[in-house]
Formats: sequence, structure tokens, C-alpha cells
Amino acid sequence: MYEIRIHSRGGQGGVTAARLLADAAFRGGKYATASPFYGAERRGAPVVSFVRIDDRPIKVYSQIQHPDMVVVLDPSIMEAVDIFQGLKSEGEILLNSSHPITFEGYRTHCVDLTGIAIARTLVVAGSPVVNTPLLGALAKVGIISLDAARAAIRGMFSDNRNVQAAEDAYGELVL
Amino acid sequence: MRGETAMQLIATGNKAIAEAVRQVNPEVVAAYPITPQTEIVEQIAAYVSDGTLASQYIPVESEHSAMAACIGASVTGARTFTATSSHGLLYMHEMLHWAAGARVPVVMANVNRALGPGWNVWAEHSDAFSQRDTGWLQVFVSTVQEAYDTTIMAFRIAEHEDVLLPLMVNLDGFTLSHTMQPLETVVVGDFIPPLHLPHAIDVAHPRGYGPLTGPDEFFRFRWDIERSMRDARKVILDVEADFGKRFGRQYGPIEEYRCEDADILLIAMGTFGKEAEVAVDDLRREGIKAGSLRVRWFRPFPVLDLSGRDVVVIDRGYSFGFGGVLTRSIQATTKAEPFSVIAGLGGQEVTYRDMAGFVRNRRPGEEEWFGVNTIV
Repeated sequence: MYEIRIHSRGGQGGVTAARLLADAAFRGGKYATASPFYGAERRGAPVVSFVRIDDRPIKVYSQIQHPDMVVVLDPSIMEAVDIFQGLKSEGEILLNSSHPITFEGYRTHCVDLTGIAIARTLVVAGSPVVNTPLLGALAKVGIISLDAARAAIRGMFSDNRNVQAAEDAYGELVL
Repeated sequence: MRGETAMQLIATGNKAIAEAVRQVNPEVVAAYPITPQTEIVEQIAAYVSDGTLASQYIPVESEHSAMAACIGASVTGARTFTATSSHGLLYMHEMLHWAAGARVPVVMANVNRALGPGWNVWAEHSDAFSQRDTGWLQVFVSTVQEAYDTTIMAFRIAEHEDVLLPLMVNLDGFTLSHTMQPLETVVVGDFIPPLHLPHAIDVAHPRGYGPLTGPDEFFRFRWDIERSMRDARKVILDVEADFGKRFGRQYGPIEEYRCEDADILLIAMGTFGKEAEVAVDDLRREGIKAGSLRVRWFRPFPVLDLSGRDVVVIDRGYSFGFGGVLTRSIQATTKAEPFSVIAGLGGQEVTYRDMAGFVRNRRPGEEEWFGVNTIV
């Protein structure tokens, strides 16, 4: 089982990111679950969502204790939240960042999801839409295929700029 | 309009319930939103709005009115559905007794959530347990697929001529209502026959509804509810067997996992009962012969054979001054001396590792409040 924890801020679309990722994994023939942890929901507050992907049906509902990957949609959250908590050694980190950041002991990938969203004019209520480009980045890392990412995005959003943003992130992320 | 083809998709528990309702196509849906159930009635309203569901949708001003509207519609012979949660369910309380007494087969999804104060929106089973004695059938599901399948079966069970009682489908708030899992839909076809309510209002044959009823007749009406509740056991088995034959997924009053040769049974309801299977696998690897027994139907309560096995019950609802509701139900109907673990109230996090610990450190006959007086 591959387990992913997504850190975001309320209003950033972290919950939708988890659902899109599970949807894409499912379209790729895997079993997948997406379970957001709902706290007191307020805009800007730290939020976590969980995605599990496996070749067998998944029976676990409790929160992910030892993720294989941590996704951070807003790096400033690291001042408030320990994103490394329980992360497996040799685990992966995917950061939404315009500049490269590395963490010793972990494979870290950086991609400027916010910049991609703004360039594609994907801004809703003042917030750049980072969850659809995120799917492209996750495809590049190899969690899902780019085709599955496209299909999952099209299943939820009619605006094709979301698919283009995912393709941008796929192209921009250097492994 | 009914879906013409089965689909494979990934969906939340709430979406699955709405999709099942769309497939069964009740004539009337009356509902009021409440977290974490709101997505069900929002989705149903969207189906009605886009024309893929022909139900008459009544957006009422309260849960009490939602149930009253369902009862009123049901008495005319219409198929009805509603959904609620927590305080919404409690606000219906008077009407829940009325629905059972009036013998109307209303189907309701209840997304299990704690009761305030303190204000809490997360899962526990106290809301459903508090309506235990209203005469409703109650079933607790553990996966998105089971939520869908059970909601479809619920209509046929409740509407069966030997039952004619309302039915509550329970699913854990957020843990299941908001978790996405794979879902395979079905095309119900004639699995759900037209509803025939023998006591439906018929203007050609006027009858009195809800008149003053003397003790002798009243007593017989109550016995009649209990007789139907007992008959429901067989109806449930028959409907679940037919569902399995047609659609390939088997259900029963309980779900057993590795119980055949088990020395210790871990008993739970809802999503805990599914995650317990992972605990059982871990315990088996250590050489502990554990099994998971998930109580699916709560009313009518299943007949359990627990003889010769140690029993650990995880209880997600409590009767203050008495004990865990599931624990006490098992003690009342079997000779078991369970180790009773009260856990998961108000959404308390309980993992399969914790559950395996309950089994390793069991103390038969005792009660433990997980994380409070825990020795795990």
C-alpha cells in the first residue's frame, strides 16, 4: 500500500486534491481511498487529507501514521505543522515552491504550482488553483499516469485550463 | 429516471447513498441539511434539478417536518426517503415513533455523529442508539459499496408485506460519509417491486387514521410491530440472498472475517468493524487466533453464537449508568463475558494497531475507556 498525506490550508483545495488523486489512481486500475480529516473548517487553517493506493481493497479508515509521501501545497505551513511526522525514511516530499528546497534523508521534488495556476489564470476567489496542476506533478513522480490525471480532472472540472495546468506541471517538474 | 447501465466509479459514502436513491427513484424526498449528511440531500436535490431523478423534493424547515412529510406522503402509498444526522435525528424523535406506529416504510440514511455539548461533528453511534426503541429497523454499513447496496435493499425490506416498518441505514460521519472508495452501481430493474401499502389512503374507501385507540387495540398494534420485527429477520435474509444472486455481493446480519477457527472475537459496528479485519490479520501473524465479527443489523438484533470464544467488544456509544450499548446487547443475548472497550466517541482516532492491543490486553468482564483508563 502506498500512503500519501497532503498538507494544505483551508480554501486551497487540498481535499479536492486528495479526491482527484484517488480518482486518477482508480482510473489507473488501482484500489484507492481519499479521506480528508475535517477539523474546525476555516479559511487559511492547516488541513490534512489522506490518500491510500493499493492493489487490494483497502480496509483502513484511521489516519495515515507513516506516509510514503508528503505533499505540501503551502510551504509556509511548515512553520506551524511538522510535515515530517511519521514520514518513512527514504520517503518522498512534493512541495509547491518556486525555488528548490531540499531536506536531508528525503527525496524532495519542488514545482511552482502557484505560478502555473496564475499563468493559466486559474484563480478562484483570490486563491490560485493548485490542486489540478498538482495532479500533473504527481504523474511526473510516477504515482499515477498523466492520462489518468487528465481523465480525473476532466471528470470534475469542465474548464480545460485545469488539464493544461496539470500538463504544465508535468513538464516543469524535474526529477 | 433509472440509470440504464451499471457504472464503476469512485465516490464518497454520501454520494453512494444519493446514487442508490436515484436508482430506486422514490416518489417523495423531504429533507433538511445537517453536517455531515448535507451532501446526500444536496446531491439528491441536484438530481431532481437536472431531471435524472423524478422524485418530488420537499425542502422542509426542520427535521421534525422532514419526517412528518415522509409519513404523510407514505400514508398515500408513495415511496419516501430522507437523510439526517445527530441532532437532526433527535429532533425527529417523536415522528420516528409515529412512523413505526403508522406502519409506513420510510427509508432514511443517518450519518452517525456525536451529540452536543461539547459541539462535535464527528462519528459515534449515540444518535442511532438513542432511537433504538422507536420500532425502526437499523443497519450499520462499513464501506461505500455497502452503503450503496444496503440503501437499495432497504426499500425492499422495509416495504415487504411482512415488515412494513421504517428503516434507518447508518454510516459513520466523515469516516465513511466523506471517504472516497471504489463503487460499482447496479441497475435495480424488478429487484425493487412497486410499493403496495395495504393501508394506504383510498378516497373510495374512507378510513380513520390516527384516531383515539383503546388499550386493548393499542396493545395489539404494539405486538404487531414486534411480530413484524421478528419476521423481518427472514425477509432480510431473503432480500440479501436475492441481491447476492443478482448482483454478486453477499451480505448478512453479521459479517465474519476469519472466525471459523478463532479463539477470540473482535466485535464492532460500522467502519471500526472493517478496520478490525486488519487488526485480525496482524494478530494472526503473531499466532493469536483472532476473528472479526461485525454486527451489521442492529434492529432486529442478530442471533449470535459466541460459545467457547473470548469476546472483545468495541463500543462507539454508551448508556450512562449502564454500559456500552453493543456490549450490553451482546450480554443480553449470549452467555459471553466481553471485554468492553469504549472507544471512538466524538470521532476519537482508533487504529487497527489500537484494536489489536485491545485483544492482546483483554480483561474479560471488564470495561475500559480507551485513552482514559487505558492499560493498552
